[in-house]
Parts: sequence; C-alpha cells; structure tokens
Amino acid sequence: MHIEVRNLNKNFGDFHAVRDVSFEIEKGHLIGLLGPSGGGKTSILRMLAGLETPSSGDILFHGKRVNDLPPQERGIGFVFQNYALFKHMTVYDNIAFGLKVKKQSKEQIRERVMYLVELTGLKGFEHRYAHQLSGGQRQRVAFARALAPEPQLLLLDEPFAAIDAKIRTELRTWLKEMIERVGITSIFVTHDQEEAIEVADEIMIISKGRLEQKGSPWDIYKNPQTPFVAGFIGESTIVDNIGEFKGFEDAASSPGTKALIRPEYIEIGKPGEIKLASATLPGIVKHLHFRGSEWMVELLVGDTKLITYRSLEKEVLHPGDKVSVLVHRAYLFNDNDSWIAENTLKVDPMPIHI
Amino acid sequence: MLYFVILIILPIAGIYTQSFSLGWNPFWESISDPLAWKAVLLTIKLAVIATLINMFLGTMIGWVLIRYRFPGRRLLNSLVDLPFALPTAVGGLMILLLLGPNSFVGGLAGGMGIEIVFHEPAIVVAMLFVTFPFVIRAIQPLLEEMDKSEEEAAYTLGATRVKTFFSVIFPTMLPGILSGAMLAFSRGLAEFGAVVLVAGNIPGKTLIASVFIFGEIESNNPQGAAAVSVLLLTLSFLILWTVNLIQARRTGQ
Amino acid sequence: MMRRLWITLTYIVFALLLIAPLVKIFTGSWADGLNGFVEAITRPQSLHALMMTAIIVVVVTALNTIFGVMLALYLVRAEWISPRMKRLLNSLVDLPFAVSPVIGGLMIVLILGPNTVIGAMFEDAGFKIVYALPGMILATLFVTFPLMVREVMPVLQEIGAQQEEAASTLGAYSWYTFWKVTWPSIRWGVIYGVVLTVARSLGEFGAVLVVSGNIMNKTQTATTLVYQDVENFNVVAANGIALVLAAFSVGLLLLMEWAKKRKEVH
Repeated sequence: MHIEVRNLNKNFGDFHAVRDVSFEIEKGHLIGLLGPSGGGKTSILRMLAGLETPSSGDILFHGKRVNDLPPQERGIGFVFQNYALFKHMTVYDNIAFGLKVKKQSKEQIRERVMYLVELTGLKGFEHRYAHQLSGGQRQRVAFARALAPEPQLLLLDEPFAAIDAKIRTELRTWLKEMIERVGITSIFVTHDQEEAIEVADEIMIISKGRLEQKGSPWDIYKNPQTPFVAGFIGESTIVDNIGEFKGFEDAASSPGTKALIRPEYIEIGKPGEIKLASATLPGIVKHLHFRGSEWMVELLVGDTKLITYRSLEKEVLHPGDKVSVLVHRAYLFNDNDSWIAENTLKVDPMPIHI
Repeated sequence: MLYFVILIILPIAGIYTQSFSLGWNPFWESISDPLAWKAVLLTIKLAVIATLINMFLGTMIGWVLIRYRFPGRRLLNSLVDLPFALPTAVGGLMILLLLGPNSFVGGLAGGMGIEIVFHEPAIVVAMLFVTFPFVIRAIQPLLEEMDKSEEEAAYTLGATRVKTFFSVIFPTMLPGILSGAMLAFSRGLAEFGAVVLVAGNIPGKTLIASVFIFGEIESNNPQGAAAVSVLLLTLSFLILWTVNLIQARRTGQ
Repeated sequence: MMRRLWITLTYIVFALLLIAPLVKIFTGSWADGLNGFVEAITRPQSLHALMMTAIIVVVVTALNTIFGVMLALYLVRAEWISPRMKRLLNSLVDLPFAVSPVIGGLMIVLILGPNTVIGAMFEDAGFKIVYALPGMILATLFVTFPLMVREVMPVLQEIGAQQEEAASTLGAYSWYTFWKVTWPSIRWGVIYGVVLTVARSLGEFGAVLVVSGNIMNKTQTATTLVYQDVENFNVVAANGIALVLAAFSVGLLLLMEWAKKRKEVH
C-alpha cells in the first residue's frame, strides 16, 4: 500500500506530541521509525492505525484520505508492544479472530490459520494459551494474528522490546524475512538504532515530535542532516574547540561552531606510524578497554577527550603513551547550519615538510 | 490459635452435632416439615432473582465507574459501599418506608394491583440492597488491570465495539462477575435484618429460611432451627468453596 | 451515545437503590418535627440501647483488632504449619461470611445457653452469657472475625518475611521488629479493618437478636430497638434511631474511603 502523510500534528492537552510530520512510503517497503522514547513515534503509528485522531493534517492510503475511517475499516494489522494477545483464547482462536469478524467460513478460517501457524513455526502450539508461551512465541502469535485478515499495511510498535536480548537478534532476522516473504508494506517503531539499521529498508528519525531525516540506513549514517541525527546514529564525541584542531582551522571562522567526531573518523599511531604527519596532533593515551575484537582507546588531545578503536593486530598501546592523532573528518554544526568537513591538510599536504 | 478454634470451629461443629443429636429421624422430620423446606426453597428462589439482577446492574455500574469520566463519579464510587456500612436493620427500615403502602411508590404499585412490601418483591429489593456492592467490587480490579491494547487489537482486526465487548472485554470480566455473584448469592441466602422487617413473614408464603430459623428459636425449638441451619450452612459452604476455587484458578494462571 | 445512556442508568440505579432510601430515613425521622426526633432518641430505652451498642462496638473492635492481627501474623509466618494446612485455615477464616447471622447466634445459644453443660456451669458461677452482654459480644465477634484477618493477611504476604529477617540480622528483637518494621507496613490495612469492624458491629442485628433475647433496657441494642419499634408500629421512633445509626454509617463510609486511599499509597 502506498502511504502518504501530510503535515500531521497531534496535541495531548498542552503537549505537542507530533509536529508537522510529512512523508511518503512506497508499496512493499519496510520502514523503521527510530528515535528516543517519548518522541512521538508511537503516536504517529497509532494515528496511522486509527487508534488516535490527528489534531490536524491528512493521512492518505492509496491517495485516499482515511482520517475519518475507524481502525476497523483501514485494512491494517497492528502488533502491540506487549502483544495484547487475548488471554482467554488459544493461539488458534487468537489468529482466527480477525477472520471470524469477517464472517469467513469455518473451512476458510481453518485453512488460513493453519497456513499462518505453519509459516510462523507455531505448529503444535495451536491449543495453548498466551500464558503458556515464551516471549518469542507470543510475538509470533501477535504477528500471525495481525497478518490473518490479509492487511495491506502492517504496523509494529516496539516489536522486540519485551524479548530477551539473546533471542532478539534471531527474531529480528526472522521478522525481516517473514515480511519480505509476505511482501507487505510495514512500519515498525523502535528506540534501538542497531535494530532499525539491521531490519529496516528505510529509517525515519523522529525526535521531539519532528521528522528529522528519512533515508536508507547507510544514507543516514553517511549524511546526517541535523546535529540530532548525527549524534543519535553511531557513536560520537562532541568537540567544542574544533578550530584548534589541525586541518579544521576554517571552522573557527564562524564562531560557535562545534564538531561531532565518530571513533571511526580518528586514526592513531605511535610517532612515525602515520604518514601524513603534518595533519596529526599530539595526544596521550588515557585508558584502554579491551572490547573482544578490538581496543577502545580513550585519548586526551589538549583538554579534549576523544574515543577511537584500534585493531588488535597493531602494536599494543599503554596508558600514558604519546601518540599521533589524525582526525579524517568531522561533522560540523552551529546554530544556522551543519556540514561535513574533511581534514584539509590531509587532502593538500604542505610541500615544505618534504 | 485457640481463639480461632473457640470462636469459629467450635460453634460450627456444635450446630452440626446438635442437629443430629437426636439421630437421623428427628432431623429428617424437621427438614421435611413443609413450612421448613418451603422457606428454604423460597429463600433460594428469591436469592437467585436478586443475584441475577445484581449481575446485570453490577456489571453495568462497575463498567461505568471505571471506564467513563463524568461529574459525580467519585461520589458514586464511594456510595457503592454504603450497604456494607449501614446496619441491615436500617436498610430494611428504609425499604419499608420507601415502598410501604403509605409511600408514593407503594401507593402507585398498590393502585396497579401489585403489592410490594410484605410480599416477594420487597424481599428481593432488600436482598438486592445488602448485596449491591459485591459484583461491582469484584469486577472493578479486573477492569482496571485490563490492558487497553487488547481492546485496540480487536479494533484493528476489524471487530466492532459490540463484538469487542462480548468477545474480549466480557470474558475478562466474567470471573469477577461470577465470584461476585456467588458472594452476593450466599449473602442473600443468609440475610436476616433487612428482610425480616419487610417480608411480612407469612409461613409458606413470605417466610424465608433465616426468619424461619429465628421463629423456631423464639418458639423454643432449637433442634428444628439447627436442622434448617445445617441445610443452609452446607449450601453456603459449597458456594464459598466454589468462589475460592475460582479465585485459586485465576491466581494460578 | 451509548455512554450517555449507561451513565444515566447508573445514576438512576444509585438514586433509587441508595440515595432515595437515605433521604427517606432523614425526612421520616423529622415527620413529627424536631421534638418527635428528640423524643424518639431520648427515651430511656433508646439511650440504653445506644449505650449497649457503643459498649459492644468498643469491646468487639478492641478484641478483634488485637486477636485478628495476631492470628494473621501467625497464619502467615508460623513455620510449623504446612502449606496445605495453611490453605485450609485460610478458607476457614472466611466461614463466618457464609454463616447467616441468625445461625451464628443460634450456635452460641446451643453451646453456651442456660440448658447446656457449659452454660449451666457459668450460670452457677453467677456469670450469665446468653441473654446477657458477654453472649452479645461473642456473637458480634463471630460475625466480625474475618474482617481484620482478611485485611491484614494479604499485606503480610505481600511484604514477605525478608524485611523482618533483615531487622533480626541487624540485632532487633521481635517486639522492636514488629513496631518498627512490620507495623508501619500493615498500619493502613489494620485501620481499614478497624473501620469495617466498627461498621459491622454497629449494625449487627441477626446474631445479637437471637443471643440477647432483646430485653428492653437490659440487652437491647440500637438495631434491635429499631426492629422492636417497627414491630410496634412506632415508625417515627424507629426512624429516629435509624437516623443516628445511618449518620454513623455515612461517617464510617467516609473513613473507609480515606483509609482505602491511604492503604493504596503505602
């Protein structure tokens, strides 16, 4: 289903939960709504489902305005955060509920339910009740129940929040595969960036009710358009005095400019280890943390603390060691603007030094 | 512990032994006295009617008080407990005054040929009054606990409001309705104070079991009183036991 | 639309079943003017009956509170009772709820009445139980018994024994532990239980009627006086007493609400 949202707003009393959100979703895409808790993601999802009425703005399915359609008539499937399985019904009756509402024949219902039970790997559990299932199984039931009436849009509210960290990864892959197989347009809400990056075709970052950026995970990582997005995706350190860093002197020309530097933008080495010596800064190793597959290194450059990773293959560093620090690029921002800056010295090394 | 035994176990054991103290035959005679079993049957019948009305009213009021916000809601919610706080004899008197032949309602009903006070309707009203809070108080926690998303799930699956109520909400309330109704029924069976004032106590017609027992005691026939008591007690115990079972099953889940 | 309908219906039920009777009692007792009301409650038998009720309420509430809390503590914490046995005792506590008050009264007459062994023994010692105050207190104790235990037990079960154990490892002895650790958490449950007990003992009728014999100026309580007045077609007088009782009940109802709220907070 093709979905369009125009200038959506939602107020809860004085609280402006969703501000002027507009976007379009292509048929068949899997979208992740990502952002901090309480940022308005769930409100957007619930308005799409018709469980909440927008304060203003339009929601269009297939180009038709559905604002006034009750949830019963929108043709959507909704997977709730805590699954909201009907406690007094078996797995079978839960999945069959939406079909019974549609007054399908017993035969049809049976066939569809058994197909979904098989698809979701719940065979043999049809006659259990919700309290007799594990968290992962409950999620599968909720998924099968939502899919049973063949909705055109699947909405999932924090689908993995109530599941153990261990099986969460497993379930993510499973859900992505399932949705691809069924080929249904889906939107899921999450506050976990790893989850969004791994599962979604496209991510929408929501903060304080605003849509900050929409794009593929790679796009968002590479080209964050607002400081919030840059800070929210990936790891980073904020540097206030970026103008004093070698290669970023230009930044000092516009006062108040700060930089956001990711660990992977930083390279460190013992003196002489880095070729472009002119672009480096002197630093001191403060702490080392073994992270299983690499070292996490805490550095001090002047008074500024930076974080980077170092391969286990390279020479082992010790706290107190003097190192050269090369900052490849930084995400710069001030009150008016934000842009990505490459290290100027790295691109154009000074000839005098040779 | 001793306190417990003396106060509770001993009296109950006492009444069972007393009713059988003269052997099986006198017990049987007391029970098979038509006035006795008519009183017991009448009590059951009227308690059932009162309970059914209570189930309906209680479900409705419990629902309204939890789900809707409207002026006066908190006041009404506190008033629910009034029958528990009010002496039952006062309750009986209130009903007598309100529905008696000299009152407006009583006069109106009398004009239509329906007599309320000293007849069955008054007994039902009295039972209704004293058992009023049971069903409401039993379903309120269930409704409060209930997850709103279960309801929403039903809506997104296409169920109408009515369908959602009957297939999702009602089954959640059902254990509460049933255990509340059981308690109300057993209280209805046992009620004395409110009923004795309004019932008229005509043997075989409006004489209910607890009043019959009282009459037997007054006319110095403790053995007969004990026999009917045993009958009523056993019934009440069975009900109490069932309620415990229902609750144990719920918490077990 | 449905919402409106249900709310209206609720109001109607409340008005008919609860509010109208309350108003009626009020207007009824003023039927003969203020003098009628004052006269009704200042009759010697009224004053005596109200005093009897007051004595019963005070004695029963005190006994039931002390023993109820002790029993609840015992049932929850005693280790020598097996879980099975505890469950059985637990359901036995509810028994008085299932027993008609008349039957409760009858039990006491049967066991302690003047014609029984025990009753005769006490009578010889010059101590009357049935048709006297001790019997009435016993009967009221019987019907109010579960109220306190039922309020305190769940709270005790919920807080568990860990806090108490913690206190004892810190060197506190049992009295100190009870007052400083256990009591603060069960306090509101106990207060709620007290309010319920007062309400019930104030209003107890069936059991007391059977046990007391309802002798005017001797064993008559407020509720049994109401009954007698009605039987004697002295409705205005009955109303006067009933109004006093009803006023107390409404006060108790307010207390109940208050205690319930505090109980939830703690």
